[in-house]
Amino acid sequence: MSASETARSRYRSLVALAVMAGAYEGLARSGAFPSALLPTLPAVAEALLMGVADGTLLRHAASTLYRVLVGLGLAVLVGVPLGVLMGRLRAVESFVLPLASALMPIPSLAWVPVFILWFGLGNATAIGIVVYAALFPMLLNAWSGVRSVNPLWLRAGGSMGAGPADLFRKVIIPGSSPFIIAGLRQAFMRAWIAVVGAEMLAASDWGLGWVIFDAKEFLKADTMLASLAVIGLLGFAFERWVFGALERATVQRWGMVRAGKG
Amino acid sequence: MPYIEVYEVSHAYDTPSGRVAGVVGVSFGIEPSEFLCLVGPSGCGKSTLLNIIAGFLSPTSGEVRIGGRVVTGQGLDRGVVFQDFAQLFPWRTALRNVAFGLEMKGVPKNEREEIAMEQLKLVKLEKFAHAYPHHLSGGMQQRVAIARALAYNPGVLLMDEPFAALDALTRDDMQRLLSDVWRKTHKTVVYVTHNVAEAVFLADRVLVMTPHPGRVKTEIAIRLPRPRDPLSIEFLDCQKELLRHLVEPTPIGKDAPRNGGIA
Amino acid sequence: MADAIGADAIGAAGPVAAPTPHRESGWRRVLRTLLPFIVVAGIWEAVSHSGLFHPRLFPTIEAVAAQFVRLTVSGVLPYHAAGTLTRLAAGFALAAAVGIAIGIVMGRWKLAEDTLLPPVSVAAPIPGIAYAPLFLLWFGPGNASTVLLVAFVSSFPVVFNTWTGVKSVREVWLRSAVAMGAGGWRLFLKVVLPGALPFILTGLRLGLAQAWRILVGVEMLAAVPWGLGWMIFGAREFLNTDVMLAGVAVIGAIGLALEKGVFERLERLTVVRWGMMT
Repeated sequence: MSASETARSRYRSLVALAVMAGAYEGLARSGAFPSALLPTLPAVAEALLMGVADGTLLRHAASTLYRVLVGLGLAVLVGVPLGVLMGRLRAVESFVLPLASALMPIPSLAWVPVFILWFGLGNATAIGIVVYAALFPMLLNAWSGVRSVNPLWLRAGGSMGAGPADLFRKVIIPGSSPFIIAGLRQAFMRAWIAVVGAEMLAASDWGLGWVIFDAKEFLKADTMLASLAVIGLLGFAFERWVFGALERATVQRWGMVRAGKG
Repeated sequence: MPYIEVYEVSHAYDTPSGRVAGVVGVSFGIEPSEFLCLVGPSGCGKSTLLNIIAGFLSPTSGEVRIGGRVVTGQGLDRGVVFQDFAQLFPWRTALRNVAFGLEMKGVPKNEREEIAMEQLKLVKLEKFAHAYPHHLSGGMQQRVAIARALAYNPGVLLMDEPFAALDALTRDDMQRLLSDVWRKTHKTVVYVTHNVAEAVFLADRVLVMTPHPGRVKTEIAIRLPRPRDPLSIEFLDCQKELLRHLVEPTPIGKDAPRNGGIA
Repeated sequence: MADAIGADAIGAAGPVAAPTPHRESGWRRVLRTLLPFIVVAGIWEAVSHSGLFHPRLFPTIEAVAAQFVRLTVSGVLPYHAAGTLTRLAAGFALAAAVGIAIGIVMGRWKLAEDTLLPPVSVAAPIPGIAYAPLFLLWFGPGNASTVLLVAFVSSFPVVFNTWTGVKSVREVWLRSAVAMGAGGWRLFLKVVLPGALPFILTGLRLGLAQAWRILVGVEMLAAVPWGLGWMIFGAREFLNTDVMLAGVAVIGAIGLALEKGVFERLERLTVVRWGMMT
């Protein structure tokens, strides 16, 4: 694409966004719908700024992030070693794979009522759901990653005197890192959906999902849209800056995956 | 007494259609600092034999001794270079790839990087010490692989068609470089190839192998002075003789397929 | 290197265990697949019979199975399942129709691409379930919200993949078709659409998976009168863990059937047969 074409696309995109925002604003101000259901954009911006200013929105975001990161961390701690074992030992593979295949098609949110009964409302249930959502992408990617490790690397490592521990740490883990990072990305996406759903259903007092659901009771669409924006921004920031940076610092630099767009 | 002794080595592997003999009753010796080439068509078991010497495969019968000790697995007394460029670790720079064996030995960081740098100089890649493998050309990657196999100072260098995937011009350069490296380091080299000119250029002695099943047909000493000139009459004569042994059909009957046909 | 086979003989640092299918008799394979389930069921039974947890919270497998049979015979479970499947089908059909249309338009016309890509890219990364309260607010609790939300969420992967697919149709195919006299609708139906099909199918598969992943949750939130999500969420009130687990089992079975039954078959019939995908 030539430079002028790129510029024209960008210009058109901006115009499109502006027109859509204008149309929404017009609709909101027309009075055809109650403002509680269709708040104007300034009202949404105000709700967002107020929430940030008085710290409530930040605290909601912090609670949600806490649940996601703890859950994701547990899923990594269990999923990666188990996936590696599956890739290396046939017995583990033939034991875990059928179980994983049976559990995977169950959406994580289906477990919410069960977990509420077992763990009560609050953090434990939300974190449990996140672990469930994030575990399978981690497990399966670590498993495929290990199987994708070039056997030559193992031979070369072995002929240079690497024992099992060194092979694991210095050959197998870096060798399967493209898959492990892809798994981390996918796991985060699943976890992000799961945490919002779990917060709505297993209401505790804090969390972005909870705030959206709570706002429905009070017909506060502005708060809802503001929280929605925060959820979107946080998800985008993780995807772009955390995982993107991780990928650029490792597998892209090593030439094990090609640089993606954006 | 030879440094490496291959004694009555046979190797068979299982396929869906039954057990197939890869190598049958092969014996030979290699002197210290000798450059030995194994030449033969594909399927003759030359790579299998190299993998057995490297300790990646165990012989079905017979044994390999290096310096009097029976080979039972991989060891730091041997360095291995494969054909595939992908043998380098993509997540390590050239220098850190070369330093890997020393790292495994527990050599301190400064010291091992110093040694690794010397090895890279030997293969004329000191300028690319901090490049990742994917930034290097195929020939450069194979030079790193040679430096890596030499870095922890093994007595034996095992090479499995290391230049087969390179273009002809690069291959020519690499053969000269390897010849230089060998003269400087006095390693015992076992080199597998199916390229006759390469074998004549590099080897002190060439073992010609035949397939189905793999066995050593004959051995030829190359007594040309070094550095060798591939365009000299003597070189071409050597090459012709070697080719004659390779092309000449094995007398049928003697080798009648006891083991059935092998794909 | 045909002579390097025999990876099984490689020493301690040998290559990873490749999942080469061993030749073994059918019933042994079945047994090997069942073994992990038998072990897990055994542990479950031991825990539930130990009295460590209240039987209402941690029911025995017999209890869950009995509940499953009872609910199935009485028609309650099929009724809920039918409700869920109907919503899934309606929402997904809507998503497929609208998503493919938008994706094609975006892939064929630059103006549409420039206009539609920014809003789609802004809305897509937000987890679908987060829109649920908004939809409930706008369209009221019940079926309409659920179906529309499922359609909305599952349309994103369909749009993105269709768009990519249409853009990746090879120029030579278009040129040779035009040279052979195709144009307009015929060019579109006979070249563009089949050419983009691998991507479109991937989009549909991802869309369906996403729809399935949130539908059950949305049913819990939307207070629909019937549906598996609502059934298991409602069972919470009466501590009916056995009903929940029976419901979760059915949800898993449907999810598995969707993945294996619908798409793998569709792919085998089309793009795999054409060698565009393996």
